[in-house]
Amino acid sequence: MTMLDTPLTGRVEGPKGPDHHPEHHHASPTPIGFWIYLMSDCVIFASLFAAYAVLGNNFAGGPGPKDLFEPGFVLIETALLLISSVTFGVAMLKAENHDMDATTLWLVVTGLFGAGFIGMELYEFNHLIHIGAGPDRSGFLSAFFLLVGTHGLHVTAGLIWLCVMIAQIRMKGMIPANMQRLSTLSMFWHFLDLVWIGVFSFVYLVRLI
Amino acid sequence: MSAHSEASHGTMGQLMTGFALAAILSIIPFALVMMEVDMAPSTLVAIIMGLGAVQIVVHLVYFLHLKSSTEEGWTLAATVLAVVIVAIVLAGSLWVMHNMNANMMPMSEGNMVMDPEATPGASMSDHGAGHDAGHDAGEASGHEGHN
Repeated sequence: MTMLDTPLTGRVEGPKGPDHHPEHHHASPTPIGFWIYLMSDCVIFASLFAAYAVLGNNFAGGPGPKDLFEPGFVLIETALLLISSVTFGVAMLKAENHDMDATTLWLVVTGLFGAGFIGMELYEFNHLIHIGAGPDRSGFLSAFFLLVGTHGLHVTAGLIWLCVMIAQIRMKGMIPANMQRLSTLSMFWHFLDLVWIGVFSFVYLVRLI
Repeated sequence: MSAHSEASHGTMGQLMTGFALAAILSIIPFALVMMEVDMAPSTLVAIIMGLGAVQIVVHLVYFLHLKSSTEEGWTLAATVLAVVIVAIVLAGSLWVMHNMNANMMPMSEGNMVMDPEATPGASMSDHGAGHDAGHDAGEASGHEGHN
């Protein structure tokens, strides 16, 4: 219903007539609803962080953080994800100007940085499993793979969503529904970068001191 | 509310301010660890976690545009609730598990016999090859060497 409201048509009433607050323009419930989803996702990550905090020293005679983690590698991952967050911000600004080609371009750039991040993470996981430091090695590594892997799955889902989003923009243009979707995806993408701050600080850096 | 789209995605200036702050707040903790700054480990942990917390606020303000006015304050209310739950989950888990470990002396001695160095705070960097499961650990260190 609210999706039909445009500057051109003005307020579009539903079949039952005006809402109970005719003077108050209600925005779509999507942003607040999606925000509540993100906050519940936050609680999922909190429980995984807690598992890592509790199991982080259970090495079972296996390798520890200083044997496995490379701060320079994590720094590049961090840079890729932060830059992808900024390029998404630029894409949003271009979308506000209804510049479809520039929005597409910046979304593609965002996707490339995101894919670079996922590529590095897959390389790291593959390397760890290859040297016998897989999730089955110790409690520490189980918790590590679960937490970082869950974040990586989220980023992968974000990348798939990004591809779908680009297709939707190319097919339908900058219609209000696409603007809504774009702004929701932007929340998701920035949120994943926010969770990564916790990962690089708490999972990697403090364990390398 | 008709201007909500302009208000919710900020400006290029805001975005670049956020980028600069986030970059600085990321580089400092990495630099502290990579340059092996001579500080007490507990101080370093406090600095890294503190900078991380500040950076999360920077992301919320400059990238996610969290304001007390968004959705009549419900966005902020949901965020505060999430922060409270996250704090309870993290602090509660650590507290309960610490208490349990402190009250499980025989168990932790059993662990000590099997793996004397796997206690909190022990350095992991200088052990590996000599252990019962040292084959994997030694292999890990070896590969890490030429990585």
